[in-house]
Amino acid sequence: MSEPIIRLNNIDKFYGDFQALYDVSVDIKRGEFFSLLGPSGCGKTTLLRTIAGFEHPSNGEVFIDGKSMRGVPANERPTNMVFQSYAIFPHMSVAENVAYGLKARKTPKAEIKTQVAQALEMVGLGGYGARASHALSGGQRQRVALARALVLKPKVLLLDEPLSALDKKLREQMQSELRNLQRAVGITFILVTHDQEEALTMSDRIAVINDGRIAQLATPHDLYQRPINRSVADFIGVMNFLNAGAINETSKGYETSVAGLGKVIVPKAQAPDGIAGNITVGIRPEMLTILIGDEKAERETKAKVSEVFYYGDMTYYDVMLDGVDTPVTISMRNTAGRGVLGVGDTARVGWGAESILLLK
Amino acid sequence: MLKSITPLKIYILFFLVFLYAPAILLPIFAFNDSAIVAFPLKGFTTEWFGVLWETEALHSAAKNSFIIAITTAILSTLLGMLAARANARYKFPMQRPMMGLIMLPMVLPEIIVGVSLLVVILQLGFDLSLWTIILGHVLICTPFCIAILSSAFMNLDQSLEEASFDLGQTRLATFWLITVPLVMPGLISSLLISFTISLDEFIIAFFLAGTEPTLPVYIWGQLRFPQRLPSLMALGTLLLAVSLVLLILAEYFRRRGARKTGTTDTGGFL
Ligand SMILES: Nc1ncnc2c1ncn2[C@@H]1O[C@H](COP(=O)(O)OP(=O)(O)OP(=O)(O)O)[C@@H](O)[C@H]1O
Ligand SMILES: [Mg+2]
Repeated sequence: MSEPIIRLNNIDKFYGDFQALYDVSVDIKRGEFFSLLGPSGCGKTTLLRTIAGFEHPSNGEVFIDGKSMRGVPANERPTNMVFQSYAIFPHMSVAENVAYGLKARKTPKAEIKTQVAQALEMVGLGGYGARASHALSGGQRQRVALARALVLKPKVLLLDEPLSALDKKLREQMQSELRNLQRAVGITFILVTHDQEEALTMSDRIAVINDGRIAQLATPHDLYQRPINRSVADFIGVMNFLNAGAINETSKGYETSVAGLGKVIVPKAQAPDGIAGNITVGIRPEMLTILIGDEKAERETKAKVSEVFYYGDMTYYDVMLDGVDTPVTISMRNTAGRGVLGVGDTARVGWGAESILLLK
Repeated sequence: MLKSITPLKIYILFFLVFLYAPAILLPIFAFNDSAIVAFPLKGFTTEWFGVLWETEALHSAAKNSFIIAITTAILSTLLGMLAARANARYKFPMQRPMMGLIMLPMVLPEIIVGVSLLVVILQLGFDLSLWTIILGHVLICTPFCIAILSSAFMNLDQSLEEASFDLGQTRLATFWLITVPLVMPGLISSLLISFTISLDEFIIAFFLAGTEPTLPVYIWGQLRFPQRLPSLMALGTLLLAVSLVLLILAEYFRRRGARKTGTTDTGGFL
């Protein structure tokens, strides 16, 4: 059980002179829901297609279930892929689509029939077998693509932005369905996405890819709470960045002086290993509060409200700190009795050393 | 009513008359009971079709033409399919110049193709036969097939082939099970176009025909005899009918194919 289902060893990928992947090494565990997250063009699809066998690494090696995949073509790998466009065969019915891979394996006819019916049932399309596939909605095509891949019981299911073509509501529904499906079948899922929220809600672990390199590999919780550097922090959720001076290691933590906030000692748990020199600090909007009445916080700083964004349940404030050019965003839950400040008001901003992340 | 007759509409009318009047004259004189092709019409007869029925030389010419046209259509569509797919799917060095050279016969004067092929074939010591005509026709038809099939292959989502391969099918089976059915409308168009081009091609057939003339070559030979003219009109009428039926059939199958796969209707004639 401890052996990884997929091991990527120092993968480089060149397209001509252009290098799309730099020295990518990852172990993906059996039964894991693993996401590749990154901005457009960072190499997510390239990495997924390398695992599937559609691209071949220029250097390095892919192992699936302990076996080297060197020279193994896509149709002989124990992986199946759900394409971004779903790639449903338009001239076949739903059932023919799902039966396609089983037929290629020369499964007996009667068996194909029961397995196809089961697979369609599993994705909530029971009874849709005879439908013409080109007449399906986006969500249904997605499910057919899932059934078509899962019916083959692959060791790894590869999904390339499977939800990006769906509208918001359907996307959220499919996110939880996909997660439940993965738990039910116990197959390793590798999901490519550029949507950080999707990655955070669905994954066991996330690899953030930037310019063809793995910038950080962590659980959703760690990724959000302890982003390793500024670009990862910027990509995951909303983050305020403030300049800070050189850091000083003390017994209680790192001491530094943050623009607009002043001197602070940050616990070591809130800094990545090996941090040194001049740094940036990051503060999540929910880690700051706007104090009203006699509310108190560990530390307090005055600021001027420059923008107010009212969302019903939440209000987002942009405030200007003394000596800082860019506004700082604060999110506040609109609990009972808490009024909303207006533009131009002076706000008391509450914070503490716990609010602050040190970034490389 | 009068107001709506604009110069533009008159122009369109003349244009259509100019296009189709000669074709309409064919069936009119084919059924005219007179050996002289001229107005006024004399009366109705099917005599000229009877003459066709009894002319042996015509039958063998027609048979030659159909053999050539069918073989040409199949060969040039096959070749066109390979070239169009390679061009749409892969990047290779010298791709553009290579495709340009392949497409060139489309605009090359047929007389040049005919004469040069004749010289080469005679130099190589081959006899002229139906096959030499087929060779010439494949040469000029293939570019048209490539042009038609290129758009079919360009519109084919590459991930469909990858999905088939990913699901465990071999490349060859993928080609037959996925690629061919999805470009079928293009294949039908390509077969039809090359068949039609080959059927009425004259110059190359004239140069490369041995002892077996094709229909156009036979018709040209008969034009020297005025008394044969009405029966040629009848022959023309039959050819017109065959072309129309073929065109309608092809269009029907193409549309049905497009409807079945739910793809957008592109590349049709009608
Ligand atoms: N076949 C190819 N030939 C040349 N360059 C390519 C090829 N495929 C991808 N690239 C380049 O490699 C880089 C990574 O591409 P990739 O498709 O992996 O990005 P991605 O992270 O999936 O982006 P997106 O979110 O837009 O899908 C891009 O800069 C792209 O232009
Ligand atoms: Mg991609």
